[in-house]
Parts: sequence; C-alpha cells; structure tokens
Amino acid sequence: MIAELGHLLAFLALATAATQSALGLTTGGVAVKRLAVATGVFSLLALLALVISFVRLDFSVALVAEHSNSQKPLIYRIAGAWGNHEGSMLLWCVIMAAYGAGAALFMRPDMLRDRALGVQGLLTTGSLTYLLLASSPFTRLDPAPLDGAGLNPLLQDPAVALHPPFLYMGYVGMSFVFSLAAGGLIIGKIDRDWAKRVRPWALTAWSGLTIGIALGSIWAYYELGWGGWWFWDPVENASFMPWLVGAALIHSLIVTEKRGGMAAWTVFLAVLTFCLALLGTFLVRSGVMTSVHAFAVDPTRGIVLLVGLAIAGGAALALYAWRAPKLMAGPEFDPVSREGALILNNLFLSVAAALVLVGTVTPMFAQALNISLSIGEPYFHLTFAPMMAVLLLAMPVAPMASWRKADLTPILRSLAPAAIVAFIVAVAATVLHGGFAPWLFVGVFVGAWVVAGVLRDLLRRAGAGGVGRLFRLPLAVWGMAIAHIGIGLFVIGATTETASREERTFPLARGETAQMAGWSFRFDDVRQAEGPNYYATRANITVTHPNGGIQVIHPEKRIYPAAGTPTTEVAILKTLTGDIYVALGDTIREAPGVWRIRIARHPLIDWIFGGAGLIALGGFVSLAARIRRREKATVEEQAPASGAPKPATAGAPA
Amino acid sequence: MRKRSQRLWLIGAASVLALGAVALAATALQDTVAFFYSPSDLVEKQVIADGKSARVGGLVEERSVSHDAGGVMIFRITDTKHTVPVMFDGIPPDLFKEGQGVVAEGKFDAEGRLIASRVLAKHDENYMPKETYDALRKAAESKEPVS
Repeated sequence: MIAELGHLLAFLALATAATQSALGLTTGGVAVKRLAVATGVFSLLALLALVISFVRLDFSVALVAEHSNSQKPLIYRIAGAWGNHEGSMLLWCVIMAAYGAGAALFMRPDMLRDRALGVQGLLTTGSLTYLLLASSPFTRLDPAPLDGAGLNPLLQDPAVALHPPFLYMGYVGMSFVFSLAAGGLIIGKIDRDWAKRVRPWALTAWSGLTIGIALGSIWAYYELGWGGWWFWDPVENASFMPWLVGAALIHSLIVTEKRGGMAAWTVFLAVLTFCLALLGTFLVRSGVMTSVHAFAVDPTRGIVLLVGLAIAGGAALALYAWRAPKLMAGPEFDPVSREGALILNNLFLSVAAALVLVGTVTPMFAQALNISLSIGEPYFHLTFAPMMAVLLLAMPVAPMASWRKADLTPILRSLAPAAIVAFIVAVAATVLHGGFAPWLFVGVFVGAWVVAGVLRDLLRRAGAGGVGRLFRLPLAVWGMAIAHIGIGLFVIGATTETASREERTFPLARGETAQMAGWSFRFDDVRQAEGPNYYATRANITVTHPNGGIQVIHPEKRIYPAAGTPTTEVAILKTLTGDIYVALGDTIREAPGVWRIRIARHPLIDWIFGGAGLIALGGFVSLAARIRRREKATVEEQAPASGAPKPATAGAPA
Repeated sequence: MRKRSQRLWLIGAASVLALGAVALAATALQDTVAFFYSPSDLVEKQVIADGKSARVGGLVEERSVSHDAGGVMIFRITDTKHTVPVMFDGIPPDLFKEGQGVVAEGKFDAEGRLIASRVLAKHDENYMPKETYDALRKAAESKEPVS
C-alpha cells in the first residue's frame, strides 16, 4: 500500500508542479505560493513512502528487492532509498521542490518570486515526469522475492547517508538560482534588488555543494581504490565545475548588489552554474567515461539528461540573448578597485572551470573520433594549479580595496607583514619536507599568505577598537574571513599532502615488522570476525609511534554474502601532523602466510577537509548575516517613525 | 575612467587570460595525455617503448598473477589474442580477479612491462570498464576471419 501511496503522491506533486508553473508564469499571486508548498510537501511524502518501504523491507517493491537485504543495518536501509538511480532521482525531485517551497515561504511576494516559482515548477515538472515515466522507484514485483540482493557493499558506509543529500542540496539548489535568473530575465529586471534576493539561495546551494564534495572526498580517501581524496576523476570534476562557477557567481553577485554592476555577467553565471550541474549529472549517470565513482550507470538515461540540459540551457540562453543587451551597465570604476578585483576573481575562476571542462570532456569527444585517451592528474596540476596560485595571490588584496577606485600602495604596505609570514612558513615547510619542491613552496606560500592576509584585514577592520571590536564586526565580514581562511588552510594541506605523502607496500609474514618514516608496524596475525551482514578477515598490527607510544590497529577485508563481493576497510591512525593509513592487501601465492600490507602517511590531510568545512561554514555565516539584516530591515520598515537609517552597507565585505 | 576604456581593459584582460589558458591547456595536453591501447594494439602496432605512458585494458589472464621478491604484483592483461605484462606496487581493487576486466595505467619500462600507477577493476557485478569491453570486442572481431 505504502508504495502505491508514494506513487500517487509523486503524481500529485507532478500535478501541482505543472499548475504552479502555469500560474507562476501567467497570473501569479498567492495560488502559486500554495502550489509550490504543496509540490514540496507531496514530493517529500513520496520520498518518505519510499524510505518506509525500504525500512520495512517490502521486497515486493522492485527497487527494494534490488538494493536492500534483510540483514542490512537500519541506517543503510534508510540511505539505501537513495543509493540507486531511481531513488536518487526522487531525492533530486524532492530537493528541487523543497527549494521552490522554501522560496514560496521566505521570499517577498512579487513578480520575480512568481516567475521564478513558475520556472522552478517547469523544472520540477520535467524531473518528476522523467521520474515517473522512465525511472519509477515504486514499481512492484510479482511474485515478491524472499530476500533482496543488498546494497552494493562499497556503498555500505555512513557517508552514503549524507553525501548524496548534500551534493544535491548544491547541484539541485542551483536550479532555483537558475529559476531566479530566468524569472529576472522574463520581467526584464536584473538589478541590485534582484542580486540581493538571489544571493541567499546561491549561498545555500553553494555551501551545500561544498559540504557534499568534501564528504565525497573524505569517503574516497578512506575507501581503497577510489583514488584518494581527489584525483581528477571525471565524476569528481563534474561536481567541481559548478562549484567553481558557483564561487564566481557568489562574488559577482556582490558587485551587482552593492554597485549595480556586472548584471549581465552575473545572470549569465547563474544560468551557467545550473547548466554545469546538469552536465555533471549527465557525465556521472550516462557512463560515457570510465570512472571509479560511476554507480547506477545507464547510457539510455544519459540521453534524457542531455536533452533536458539542451532544453533548459538553450531556453535560458535564448532568453538571455534577448534581454541581456538591455540590462544596465552600472557605474564606472577603475581597474584597480574592489570591482576590478572581483572581476579578476571571476575571470580566473571561470577560466579554471573551463580548463577543468576541457580536461574532463576531451576524452569523450576523442571517443567519438574513435581515439581512446585519458587525461589525468598531470594535466590538471599543470593547468589548474597556476590559475589558482595567481587567484590566491590577489585574494587578500580584494577585501581591502575600496569600491570604484583604490590605491594599491597602502594596501600592499599593510599586507607586507603577511607576505613575510607566508615566506617564513613556506621556508619552514620546505625544511620539514627535506628539500625544495617548487609546488610545495608556492602552495604553502599562497595558502599562508591568504590566511595571514585575512587576519591582517580583520585587524584593520577592528582598528583602534582592538580585539573587543573584532567580535562586533558584521557577520558578513566574518563569513568572508572564515571562508577565505578555509581556502588558505585547504591549499596548505592539499599541497603538503600531495608533495610529501609516502606510500609503500610491504609483504609481511606473521611476526614480521615494517619500518616507515620512524614508525614501525608489527604484523601480529589475521583472524576471522563477523559483522551484521558480512564476514571479515581482520589483521592485528601493532604500531609503534616514533615517540614510543604503542597502539594496535585492525585493517580488514570483508565479504558480503548477499552481494558476494569483497571490500577492504583501511585502518587510520590520526596524529597531529597527519594520518597513518594501513590497508590489508592480498596474500602471495608463492609464499603462503605472507600478506601484502599497504602503509601510507598522509601529512596534514585534516587541513584539507577542515579547510573545506570552513569554506562551507563561511558560506552559511554569510547566509545568516543576510537573514539577520533582512529581519532588521523589516523591523525598521514597520517602525518608520524611528527614522533609523538603513543598516550601513559601506563596510560590507567582498 | 570612461566607459569605453573600462570595457577595453576588461576585454584586454579577459583575452590575455584566455590566450594564456589555451596555450597552457594545449601544452599540458600534449605532455600528459595517456592513450588507450588494447594488448593487440600494443603488440601489432609495436607502440611499446621505454618511458611511453599508456592505458591498457583487457582481462587479467588466468593464473598470471604472481609477486616478485619485493612483493610487487605482476600479472598479464590479455584480450584473448595478445598479452601485456604489468607490474603494480600497490593493492589491487577489491574486484580485481583473474579472468575479470581490468584497466591499468602507467609507463612502459625498458623490458616492455607496464609499470602501473593505477589499476581499475569493475565496480559491481554489472559494470565493466568501457575500455575493457571495447578491447575485447575489437580482439574478437579481428579474430573472426581467422577462425
């Protein structure tokens, strides 16, 4: 019954979404708001019905039979609902509808909201139609099997509960930014007010995307065979391109909001970000490329996504071409100014995204010409890294530059201490690394320069007020500072990890010891163990720290009988300077009792994930600043007699 | 600053950056692209050369997996017509098995062995790396006239 109810709710959501788009694009009004909320509620309930089917192990539902199993722990039964193509499409629809419902509830009712909800309704209608016609998660099986096939064991990991929802909060969230762009173009009004109202949605989606990517990166790091925290796999790049363009969008929105400039460019980025999210989904789902992260792949589905991308992108670009020439240009400014710096930011982020795009899709086009090639890490290190290095050099300067026209000399003078600190840190990193490595030096230098530069800027803003004043700085300043510090720490971590990670494979018999970087690893034995739905071969390895401490770790190999596939679970030892990473490999045929054990040291790996976390946190703090300012503004509107001036925006950050 | 000169420097900056990026991408592509070969391509077209980087796909030949004294894994990739020896100093993916599809990426050494830096196997029961599939299909097609 529950599955039929879910199916019905999905159809109801389709009906309300279609009506929402029809009314939103024509008459508008309060009905649009109610319909958008209804679409959100119906699709959420449909997802709930699917989750209940998974939790209750209703194997008469085809999807449950294919992707769940009676031995599976509860959390994976719930997350299993979206650990497959059909379920994740439903999650896609739910999040798309939820953004619409959220906008209906929180946005000021006017033309822009109605048109944007109309466009969002169209997108939701398209997604739900695809869901119901081509990939319904509610199809029944007759007769129902006694037990299910089980989730792909590689996906049985706590990360499956969080990584897809956050990724979609980003990917799909960009759909509403797209709708706002289309809505603004339809009513021909892309101005400061438009930018002000788009920014919270762009920040929400982009911060969600940041968390989603970071979670994926952590997962790929500890799942052996997924290439580590980042290795420029097509699926990774697919999520990274909208992130880069989204970052450019967040910055150009500032120029449009504060100065009314770059309107045409900003709206273009808003369209582009969602198109790249769709392109990413196509690359991931169609299986056109060999990727270690390709799950739920089916070429026939790729075509539908490509058609969807062509329609949405084509229509929006046509609309853009028609309206953009009439958009205002904004006041003039000097190349050396806050505007100029933000344009530089946008140029570099877009070009970096284009370089990633070239590296990602070239193999696909070559394939069409019957040339099979692959583009890996070296290409991206050679192209992407220099772009970022230049961008980061300019990063601390931008927030210190004034609008319209800035004087570089005093800015550079006040940033001189930051440059000195960065240089010292880079030299220290080189000494610790044990030799000069150009990329390590450059990476650590720019990372430290960004962090020190942001701190310098915070001190400047605090002025004579000292540290106490620091905590009274606007939330928006803190949002920027936190995100930029996150970038700096991330870059230091990423370059250090890439330059100084060590990896070796040791063939070890019981009782033998391996030495690496001052650590010693004694292979004690392997034992059989049993988990809720798997059998494990678990190794006991005694690790001796360079400082004499002793710890026993248990890397293991598992077999999941339901799926019949093995997995490797690594053991990770956290230390202040990085991770020690141990994986139990295979046995050696020629030497019985000898196991191959992989030992790696990943210095500063937590800086990578911590930095990404700070970037997302900074995004959310900026969002909070926006909500708070809006509340203040409404309070003042309600009490005009007080005559209080609008909150000053002059000191607001870039 | 006047509107026109503002536009001029903008276009100037953008085109300098774009040109630089194109040059960067072109040189980087030339240096780093790894072409994909099936074992038959490698043997018949004699592309194996010291230091050449390549991606090789096919099946792990039955009973070909062994280890040298240092524990480095050695196996052969076959497309049922020709084979290529591979050395890999790492832990193979979980679904790496003799007789199953595999893609190895790396550089050839002087003895014509592929020193793999990465080995990909299939992901789940329904998935085979596309390149493995293509290699096997090509080998099967080229064998047909003989048999």
